[in-house]
Amino acid sequence: MDDGAAPSLGLRLEQVAISLGSVRLMALDCTIGPGEVMTVMGPSGSGKSTLLAAITGTLDPAFAMRGRIKLNGRDLAGLPTEAREVGILFQDEYLFPHMSVGANLAFGLKPGVKRRGARRAKIEDALAEVELSGFADRDPATLSGGQRARVALQRMLLSEPRALLLDEAFSKLDTGLRAQVRELVFETARQRGLPVLQVTHDHSDADAAEGEIVHL
Amino acid sequence: MLGPVLAGLLGTLAPAFGYMPALGGTTFSLNAFEALFAWPGLSSAVGLSLGVGLASTALSLAIVTLICAGWADTRTFAMVERLLSPLLSVPHAAAAFGLAFLIAPSGWIARGLSPWATGWEQPPDLLILQDPAGLSLIFGLVTKEVPFLLLMTLAALSQVRAGQSLRVAQALGYSRVSGWLKTVFPLIYRQIRLPVYAVLAFSMSVVDVAIILGPNTPSTLAVQVVRWMNDPDLALRFQAAAGAVLQLGLVIAGLGLWRGLEMAVAGIGRRWTASGARGHRVFDQGVRGLALGLGAVAAIAVIAGLAGQVAWSFAGLWQFPDLLPDGFTFRNWQRHGARLAGPGLETLTIAALSTGLALLLTLACLEAEHRHGLRPATRALWLLYLPLIVPQIAFLAGFQTLSISTGVDGGRMAVTLAHLVFVLPYVFLALADPWRAWDARQDTVARALGAGPDRVLWMVRLPMLLRPVLTAAAVGFAVSVGQYLPTLLVGAGRVPTLTTEAIALASGGDRRVIGVYALAQMGAAFAPFALAVLLPRLIWRNRKGLLNG
Repeated sequence: MDDGAAPSLGLRLEQVAISLGSVRLMALDCTIGPGEVMTVMGPSGSGKSTLLAAITGTLDPAFAMRGRIKLNGRDLAGLPTEAREVGILFQDEYLFPHMSVGANLAFGLKPGVKRRGARRAKIEDALAEVELSGFADRDPATLSGGQRARVALQRMLLSEPRALLLDEAFSKLDTGLRAQVRELVFETARQRGLPVLQVTHDHSDADAAEGEIVHL
Repeated sequence: MLGPVLAGLLGTLAPAFGYMPALGGTTFSLNAFEALFAWPGLSSAVGLSLGVGLASTALSLAIVTLICAGWADTRTFAMVERLLSPLLSVPHAAAAFGLAFLIAPSGWIARGLSPWATGWEQPPDLLILQDPAGLSLIFGLVTKEVPFLLLMTLAALSQVRAGQSLRVAQALGYSRVSGWLKTVFPLIYRQIRLPVYAVLAFSMSVVDVAIILGPNTPSTLAVQVVRWMNDPDLALRFQAAAGAVLQLGLVIAGLGLWRGLEMAVAGIGRRWTASGARGHRVFDQGVRGLALGLGAVAAIAVIAGLAGQVAWSFAGLWQFPDLLPDGFTFRNWQRHGARLAGPGLETLTIAALSTGLALLLTLACLEAEHRHGLRPATRALWLLYLPLIVPQIAFLAGFQTLSISTGVDGGRMAVTLAHLVFVLPYVFLALADPWRAWDARQDTVARALGAGPDRVLWMVRLPMLLRPVLTAAAVGFAVSVGQYLPTLLVGAGRVPTLTTEAIALASGGDRRVIGVYALAQMGAAFAPFALAVLLPRLIWRNRKGLLNG
């Protein structure tokens, strides 16, 4: 903290600029506080997903980023993806197809929970929270779209992230289900005080977030 | 890849110019080449190699191209694909033996036609096998090259959006075959050029198939060089090295000639395309039928040949012109089965070791590419193809020289490393595409859940890619099982495998023994493919997401 103040909570993008060759794709300077949702909107190809890649640390080497990204005061520069404590949900759930639903959740659950019984209980609780009790041994390929979305959310939460990124996370769900899952995600983030950055090209996603909207 | 090939080439060049201290050659001279040019069979051997190479490559490419032009995206095409793909795993020697069983004067075809159509009561005295023009050799090579080129073309087809181009052409009034040849083929050929070069180089310098099906009066250059190399008279080694250098020159000349043909065909093709000719339905039908017929002949020949080996290996008394033996017996297997164990074990050990090493290197390479965000260059692909294009004999002869002069003479390890040079490119080519096609966001998700790159590799990526990994391993295994020349030369004849043993039996002509050995070789090459199909189905039987895809 070069200004000596207490570490600011939330996700801070400090004069972040991303460019490809000599073309500048975007420039952002903003803070997303705990429990707040910021929405970045723009047509496809405007670099929305590139911004998220910069935050997760998976930016293609072809892009150049300037500025700093800080999470709860900690500079993320140079940290590998797994050390950033940033959760991400995509349009596809990317449940691991070779693992059962329970094993997917166990993959997310931190190794700090050691005993097998305790891990199993944590996973059952996580499933019960989203009304999927007894689904632990199921094959993810047999779930419905809404069920998969909920498993993906719980898997991410079990890894105890400190910020949440949404990359068009709801765009594959049909309208009714979409509002339901969206409400669940935003409500959970608010309860846990997670800063949320979502990119979307859908206005209903932006309206539901009830937060700042940035157009690229 | 560059290292072993260059070192081998050097080891071939030195004795060719008279330098080989171990055999008393300490001064550079052209004596070896003079001796080579004094060999009376040279011009016909060279002509034969060149002719067989060009003819079989052109024929294979034409068959594959026309099958794709006529049938891509149809149900028939899917059937052809399913029929031809497994043939890729049949070792060259086993396929060649099978073909010999089929077309020989006393083979199945002659038996089927005798005596009612031919009047033959005895096998006729005809030179069908090993004919001086190399026709049966060309036939044998085509049956193995069509599946290979077809597979390469299929991979290319999925990359160039062939279906769309063809639909546009057809909407403009082009017939199917003309439209495909004009809009899709130029893109495809660019992608399969390296495999085609590899096929050309291979068929010009192949040894095992040429020993079984090729002529003896004289044989092809490569076969003659191997004979000199294995001659008890060590002085002939110099001449053999000179021959290997000539073989390399011949392949380079053949590739140059092919490149010239490419340009000529491209010129004609451009004029044809610009002419706007739409093609005729009747012509289309004819081409489609012909392509399918030729493809079917290639497939049926190999399959019937294998069936012939099964029949011979279990045959009791089997007189000409009976279509089937008088009785079937296990005696052949009982008599030769015990002797099969040694070479069989050797084959499996070497194949497992070289495939394991190749898989390890390939995975390390691909994973490094993924972790460091590297992009593969086109030039790297040339490097990979180098051992497949430079004739085996030109640098394996060098391996042999090196091992003689360094005293590291052929043991199992040396043979394994020599196999690795040929197994690695195939394993890499088989695995690279599916590995790179894996969705990188799956990686992002796993990493964002807190898993490091190693955990992601072992827990997520490898299990998800189990099937392509096993398939690549099966390809590598089959390549190793089929290797003849590296085993023979680097092993100095003291590392017997099923392949070297089977080919050593070729001149003996005892079909029962050959059937037993060729089938064993075939089984060793095919079993891993069966495992690669069955294992993922078994392991992921409760995971629908991995069963089809």
